[in-house]
Amino acid sequence: MEKITIEAATDNLQQVIDFATERLEAHDCPMKVVMQMELVIEEVFVNVSSYAYRPDVGNVTICLDFAENPASVEITFIDSGKPYNPLEKDDPDTTLGIDEREIGGLGIFLVKKNTDDIAYEYTDKQNILRVKKFF
Amino acid sequence: MEIKKEQNGTALTIHVIGRLDAGSAPELSKELTTALNGVEDLTFDFAELKYIASAGLRVLLVAQKRMAKQGSMKLIHVSEAVMEVLEMTGFSSLMTIA
Repeated sequence: MEKITIEAATDNLQQVIDFATERLEAHDCPMKVVMQMELVIEEVFVNVSSYAYRPDVGNVTICLDFAENPASVEITFIDSGKPYNPLEKDDPDTTLGIDEREIGGLGIFLVKKNTDDIAYEYTDKQNILRVKKFF
Repeated sequence: MEIKKEQNGTALTIHVIGRLDAGSAPELSKELTTALNGVEDLTFDFAELKYIASAGLRVLLVAQKRMAKQGSMKLIHVSEAVMEVLEMTGFSSLMTIA
């Protein structure tokens, strides 16, 4: 398992992305999946950075677990901020016109669309979000 | 991310180069606040845009809402990776992509 613990702050986004990209590439993850996982990690990390500890600050831990046959990666995000289940949020209506489309709510939707499995639990005062992607 | 602008009367082309993510989107958003004044024909040239996240989509949506009132907006030279995100979110049917 590969792991990074870092302060949940948007300024650290690039560092988190670099960490993940390096590991994904080292595990022969196809380019397309690497980009999809970049997007997934960004959306979750930015969400945690923006809301979990506000107005305070705190850490987030991101773990990457690789498996073979079939090849997959499981990414786990752990924070100790306010309990928040992002899966309870309704998906945005992507068929609405320009006037009705709301600004926001797209991040977690993109996470769902780019992963094969997603689960949330709140355990020991920690938000734990797990996503899985086959490649 | 790098932004290059080409203004021709009321037509403005904005080249967005690199990554439009949560780190860089506020910069583009700020730029557009004043750059769109008086613009009737807005083009985003995404030839060198490699990546877009929801923070970038939000900036595009705000721009599209504004341009719907004062003129028109289109996206050109959209890469496959960026197009996929636009399609996933329904933005591809919301915006003119040439």
